[in-house]
Amino acid sequence: MRDRALDSDWRPGADLAALRARATLLADLRRHFADGGVLEVETPLACATAGTDPALQPLTARYRGPVYPDGTTLYLQTSPEFAMKRLLAAGSGPIYQICKAFRDGEAGRLHNPEFTILEWYRPGCDLPTLIDEVADVARLALGMPDLAARHNDYAALFAQHLDIDVFAADPESLRGYAVARHILGAEGMELDRDGWLDLLFSHLIQPALGADRLCFVTDYPASQAALARLNADGQTAARFELFYRGVELANGFHELSDADEQAARFEADNCARRAAGRPPIKVDRRVLAALQHGLPDCAGVAVGLDRLLMLRLGCRDIDAVMSFSLQRC
Amino acid sequence: MATYSTNEFRGGLKLLLDGDPCTIIENEFVKPGKGQAFNRVKIRNLKTGRVLEKTFRSGETVEAADVIERDLQYLYSDGEFWHFMDNESFEQVQADANAMGDATNWIREQDVCMVTLWNGSPIAVEAPNFVTLEITETDPGLKGDTSGGGGKPATLETGAVVRVPLFIQTGEKIKVDTRTGDYVSRVKDD
Repeated sequence: MRDRALDSDWRPGADLAALRARATLLADLRRHFADGGVLEVETPLACATAGTDPALQPLTARYRGPVYPDGTTLYLQTSPEFAMKRLLAAGSGPIYQICKAFRDGEAGRLHNPEFTILEWYRPGCDLPTLIDEVADVARLALGMPDLAARHNDYAALFAQHLDIDVFAADPESLRGYAVARHILGAEGMELDRDGWLDLLFSHLIQPALGADRLCFVTDYPASQAALARLNADGQTAARFELFYRGVELANGFHELSDADEQAARFEADNCARRAAGRPPIKVDRRVLAALQHGLPDCAGVAVGLDRLLMLRLGCRDIDAVMSFSLQRC
Repeated sequence: MATYSTNEFRGGLKLLLDGDPCTIIENEFVKPGKGQAFNRVKIRNLKTGRVLEKTFRSGETVEAADVIERDLQYLYSDGEFWHFMDNESFEQVQADANAMGDATNWIREQDVCMVTLWNGSPIAVEAPNFVTLEITETDPGLKGDTSGGGGKPATLETGAVVRVPLFIQTGEKIKVDTRTGDYVSRVKDD
C-alpha cells in the first residue's frame, strides 16, 4: 500500500508566497543595513569551538584532512556571536550577518534545528538605541510601519503578573507558585532557580506579551546574563528580548567585553554542562584573546527571521515559512 | 517497563500518568532561546475522558501505557457486561457500562466497534460512526410532509431516542450519526 504522506513530502513546506516573502525580507534587510553603513560579513558555520551556553546544544560534524590530519570535531554554530566579536575587536566597525544557526534537540511549531538568524553589532551604541533599531527592523520585517513598542522590566513583569520577587524567591517557593497556578507537572519537576523562572515566564507571562505591540523585556536577572554585561545594580544584566504576539523574536546584549569575566562565565557554563551530564565545550581561546586585545564598547542582537516571517504571514508552524524543515530534509 | 522520552511525544502516543492510561492530543515544544526546554502536552485520560494540560521537562521519560485499539464484534450483553470478540483470534473480552459509555445507545449484536484495550481489558468502546436502526415507536406524522422541519422524537430498537422528520413512521429504518446522535436519512430495505 502506498503511503500518501510519503508521496508528497518532497514538496516544500513554504508555498510560493512564503518563498517570495522571505526573498523580499532578505532584500529589505540588506538594503536597511547597507543604507545605515553596516557592513555585511560572513563567519564560519562549522568551527572547532562553539558557544558554551548550557541551554544550547550544538550539532557536530567531523572533519579530517589538512590542518587536522588526525581529524577533529567541528561544531555547527548555535550563533555567530564569537566570530563577529573577533571581527569587532579587529576593527570592523558596525557589522551584520544573515546566516544559519544550528541547535540540537530543538524541533517544534516554533523551532527547527537549522534556522535563520539576523545578527548585528553597533560599536558605541547603548542598549536603548539598539532597542529602537530592533523595533524598526521588526516593523520593516512585519510590514507594520506604525506598530507601537513598549518596554517591560523582567522583574516588574513577575511582580505584576504573579506577585513574585524574582530576586528573593527560592526554587521551592517558585515551584509553589507554579503548582498554585495549576501548571500540572510542576509538583514533581526538578529544576534550578532559573529553570523555574523559565517555566513561569513561558507558561504564564509570555503568551500575553506583545498582543498588539512590540514588547521588549529588559533587565534580565544577572543569573540569566548570558553574554551581557551586568548593570550597575549587580542584580540585573544589560540584556533584552523582543516578543510579539507571544513569540520570542530577538535577544540582545550590551556586550560583555571583560576577558576575565568572559573566561569565568565559560568555566561556569562548562560546570553547569558537566552537572547536567553534557560534554563540556572547548573554550574559544581566540575570542578571549580578542577581548583581551579590546572589544569596542558595543551592543548586539540576534533576531529569528523565520519567526518574523511566520508572524508576517500568519503561519502557525515554522515549517510553513521554510523550504524544507527537518521532517522534509 | 516501557518508557517514552519527551522526544518521542506525538499525537496518539499512550502514556501512564498517575496510574491512568492517557493519550497525547497535542504536543508543544516550548523553549526560551536562552533557557530550559519543556514539552507542554494536551492529554486525554482514556478512563475518564477528561482533557488536561501537563508540562514535562524536555528529556524526561514517562511510563508507556499498554493501550491498543481493535475492531471487535459485539456479541451480546448479559445485563452487566457487553461481550466482544476478535474475529481473527476468536478471543473474547467483556466491557462494563463505564467503558461502553453511550455506545450502548447505538449498537446491535454483530456490529463491529472500535474497542480500546488497556492491559487487555476494554476501557472505551466506540460505536461505528453511522448505524442503521429500526424505529420501534414514534407519533404518526403528517402525510405529505417531506420538509423535515420541526421533527419529532422517535425511539429506536436499541432504546435510544432521536429526533426525526415528521414523515418518518414506526417500523422504518433510519441512518444515525452516532457521534452527534443526529438523524441522517431514511434507509429503504432492498
